[in-house]
This record gives sequence, structure tokens and C-alpha cells, in this order.
Amino acid sequence: MLKRIRGTFVMLWECVTMSLDNIRSNKVRSFLTLLGIMIGVTAVIALITTVSGVTGSISNSFTELGVGTITVSVTGTDLKTGVNAEDLARLSALETVDGVVPSVNLSGRVAYGKKVESNVTVAGKNAYYFNINPDLIVDGRALNFVDDDNASYVCVISQSMVDTFFFGVNPVGETLYLSGLPFTVVGRYDTDSGGGIAAIFTGRPDVIIPYTTGLRVLNTAVVNSFTVYLAEGATSKAASEEMEALLDSLFDFEEDTFTITTMDTIEDTMQTMMGMMSSLLAGIASIALVVGGIGIMNMMLTTVTERTMEIGLKKALGAIPWQIQVQFLIESFLLSLIGGFLGILLGLALSWGLSRVLDTVFVLNWGAVALGVGFSAAVGIIFGWAPARKASRLNPIDALRAV
Amino acid sequence: MAGDIFFSMRDIVKDYAMGGETVHALRKVSLELAEGEYLSVLGPSGSGKSTLMNIIGCLDTPTSGTYILRGRVVSEMDEAELARLRNREIGFIFQNSQLLPRLSARKNVELPLIYAGVPPRERRRRAEEMLERVGLAERMDHLPSQLSGGQQQRVAVARALVGNPSILLADEPTGALDQKTGRQIMALFRELNQEKRTIVMITHDMNIAANARRVVHIIDGEITEGEAQAHA
Repeated sequence: MLKRIRGTFVMLWECVTMSLDNIRSNKVRSFLTLLGIMIGVTAVIALITTVSGVTGSISNSFTELGVGTITVSVTGTDLKTGVNAEDLARLSALETVDGVVPSVNLSGRVAYGKKVESNVTVAGKNAYYFNINPDLIVDGRALNFVDDDNASYVCVISQSMVDTFFFGVNPVGETLYLSGLPFTVVGRYDTDSGGGIAAIFTGRPDVIIPYTTGLRVLNTAVVNSFTVYLAEGATSKAASEEMEALLDSLFDFEEDTFTITTMDTIEDTMQTMMGMMSSLLAGIASIALVVGGIGIMNMMLTTVTERTMEIGLKKALGAIPWQIQVQFLIESFLLSLIGGFLGILLGLALSWGLSRVLDTVFVLNWGAVALGVGFSAAVGIIFGWAPARKASRLNPIDALRAV
Repeated sequence: MAGDIFFSMRDIVKDYAMGGETVHALRKVSLELAEGEYLSVLGPSGSGKSTLMNIIGCLDTPTSGTYILRGRVVSEMDEAELARLRNREIGFIFQNSQLLPRLSARKNVELPLIYAGVPPRERRRRAEEMLERVGLAERMDHLPSQLSGGQQQRVAVARALVGNPSILLADEPTGALDQKTGRQIMALFRELNQEKRTIVMITHDMNIAANARRVVHIIDGEITEGEAQAHA
């Protein structure tokens, strides 16, 4: 038995070397044949790698900006249309929560002296917002909890506001009129830093005021959306569960009173979308693989016809049909695999180049490489099957007489 | 040479369907061969001698009749069994030597051993031994195209012998050779027969057939025993 297994190995190895020899001795033809597989694999690899690179870049920026945050939007009930300051304090006190930043958005007309600017975006934030974005304020002071508690008429303004209103003047200490109400400018912030995840979706506000002041201006007592920053070590899942429990109790356990969106859910959705897109693209690209497979099949059929004498002779010398079949299968398999490897190299090179051009991260996707190898191997075997079978079925007598 | 029966054929019939017509290639052929014999099958083309060779060589099975080779009933074997039997028992020599053009002489000789599952080192040793035996020690790494017709046929003989088969089955072994080279090959055959190797040679050439110790004639698929002839 052992001898038999060894004998089979000897035979298989001989098939491999003979196949390589045949591939080598027909260099041009072999290359043209494997070109189809190569192009197919290149396309598949390049697409998958590029898409996963783009996905990677996007989720990197997500992680950078939104790690450990949850956004909550509240529609509330008829009686209670949002969360008030007290509720926010209770939310902040949760074990999984480090702090909460309410978002109160308003816009209005800003006037300073004779200059007037309409449609200025104004955001109400709390002191915690400035605590977690310590680099935000570049001049003057940040808003603090005293401002929150007193609903003071103070504001910090963006660099662009400074450029618009205070050319050559130090804005700190000056008074702006925001929708007719006087606000003292206490600081200036850098538009390029901080802002958190909200900045991606809503853009950076031009003016930040205490959220309590904002609520007063809007003549309301409740906040409808806020961002929750997780305590260290807390998972967004645990935090959302804890929050859900509290919010449920705040809104009398009514249905659909709030929505909790974690970065995970956003990222999951995005990953799914990107995954679907890459499968779709890879699916289209794999048409090229099928075409390549047909090329291999064509070449193998030609080869079988050309080598009729060889097949007949080998059979006469004692080759069993399956040995002949294996020999030709190995040949088409190797041919296809070589094409696959070249395709992987080319595909990776291509996507590396693309990642430079698109300025995304280049991620070596081993799954894609495995897919390329697997695909080309499968194509070699599937499309090599029929020609190999044909070879194995040749009658040695006819085959020898054909010469 | 002890007179042990090497093969025995009884009432072998082989029919071919050819374009709707049935060709009776062999009509009830009965033939026995003893171990160590040197037999020529002499017949014109179309006489059925190739069909007979195919059946002796286990390349084909008869339509009816019994063929027993060294105690085994060949006429009932399947394709894989036939292949193994050919590998072990039969050394083929074809008219055009049928060497694989891209393999060196040694690799060509190694071929039957590959299918016997012989490991590479032993294969190489045995192939080299055989090539030395046929006088081609100097040309082992030559490609067939770099060898003369006679040398090619010697490689074919080496290939036929390398698996140490019990019979050498030659189909017009000198057909493609000039007279002098043909005589050399015949001398080699005689030598091999003197070493107690069983040989069956198929030919249409009476002079070549005369090399054998025993000659049978085949005409229209039927065999008649000829007289044993003196060596040329």
C-alpha cells in the first residue's frame, strides 16, 4: 500500500515536471493562453483591494473622529418633546458614559458695528465639549459650566468669523449681535481641529454659544439630539443598552421616542454596502475569468490533439486512463495557476498605484489573494476537465496509428 | 525455454465496425507461445497482423475467444487492468520507435518505470543500465532528433526492456531502418532471445521474419503455421 502511494506521488511529480516542460516549450502560446486568466485575476484583485482600501480609509477616519461616541436623536412624546438639562445630567452620570454634548443648532443674523452677515450657523454646546476638545480654543477662553448654568450671553467664534468681522481687531471682549441679542466674544477657535463626528455631518459652526443660552433663544427647554462620549473601557453596546433603559423610563416606555446611533452601526452599514459593491464588481470582473477559462480549454483541446501519439504511447507503456487525465489536468491547472499568480502580482501593483492616486490606504487583502489563487485553480481544473477526459479516453491503438 | 506456456489463444475473433460494415480482422485464431520463444508473425498489410499484435500486447481485447497470458485471462480484463499488465509484462517496440521528442534518451527509457511507480533514482539507474546494454552509454542525454534512426530504435528497445517485461513485442521493428541498421537491430533481438527473452515480432518482410525461430503466417485473419527457418 505504502509503495503504491509512493508510486502515485512519483507519477504525479513527473506529471508536474512534464507539464512545466510543455508549458515552457510553447512559451508564446502558453502565455497567450494564460493571459485571459491573468487579466481576470488582475481585475478581481485590483477591484477588491481598491474597494477595501477605500473602505479602510473611510472607517479609519470614522474611528479617528468618532471612536467611543454615540449619537442620540430624540423625538419624545407629546408631553415631553426632548431631554432637558436635568435629563442630560442623569445621562452623563451613567456608568458607561463619560459625558454628553447636546447639540442645539440655530442660525441667524450676526451684526458687529456696521457689518451684518446673515445665515451664520450657531451651535449651542456645553462645557464638556470644550473639555474633550482641549485644542479647539486658540485664543481667549472656552465656554465653561458657569456659562452653561447661567445661560450667559457669551460666545466663541471661528476664524472665518474673525476674518469677516474683526479684521485687525482683537475680537475677545467685543460684543456681537446675534439675532439682535448682544453676546460677548470670549474666545476664538480653530476651524481645523476638533469638532468631533458632528463636524463631518453638519459642518463646523461659525459661532458657539452655551447650549442653555441657545435653548433660551429658541424659546424651548429641551434638546433633541446629543452626542454621548463613552467612559473609558465601556463598549458602545453596553452604553446604548444603559442609555436605552434610562431614555425608556424618561419617555414613559413609549415606542419610537428616540434613536440611538452608534459608530458601529454606521460603520457596519458602510461595510455592508462596500462589501456588496466589491462583490458586485468582482462578479463582473470574474466574467473575464470565464473567458480565460475558455481560452485554456481551447488550448488544452488543441494540445490533446497534437499529442495524440504521446498519449497513445504512454497508454501502451502502461499509463492508466486516470493517470493521463491527471497529467492533462495538472497541465491546465498549472497554466491557470501561473496566470493567477501573475494576475495577483499585477492586480496588487495596480491597486497600490490606485491607492496612491486616490490617496487611500493600501491594504493587502489576503482574502482577495486567496480568492485569486482559488479562482484560477478552479478555472484550470473545471476547463481542463473536458480536454483531459478526452485525452484519457483515447484508444491507444488509434492514437499510435495516428502518427 | 522449459516449454512453459507463455500465452495461449483459443478461437480469437476480432470484428470491427467500419462505416456500417463489419470487418472480420481475426477469424478464430488459435496460437500458443512457449516461454523463451522467438516468434515471427508474417503477413501482408490488411491481413490482421496489427490486430493480432494489439491483442497479444493487451492493447485490445478480442470480440470473442479466450486469451490467457501467463495464467491470466486477458480477454476479461478492464482498461486499467490491461494497462497494468502492459506495464509489467509487455515491452513494445514500434516501427517508428515512437520516442517523445522533447525528452532525452534516458527520460524516454524511464517512461514505463514512471507508470510502474519506480522512484527517480532507481529509474535513472535502470534506464542508464539499459541504454548501456543497447550500446548507447554515450548518448543518454541526447534528444531523439540528435540520434540516428538505428540509435532511436535502440532507445526504443531499451525502453521496451527497462521494465523487465516477460515479452518483447515488436511491430515492424526494422521497417523504418536501412538494411544495415536493420540487421544490427535483428542481431540485438537474437542476443536478447539467447538470454531467454520471449520475443514476438510482427512483420510483412519474409527476410526479417526469418530471423525468428518460429514463423506463423497470417492471411485474411487466419493463421497458418510456417516452417521454422534457419537464422539468416
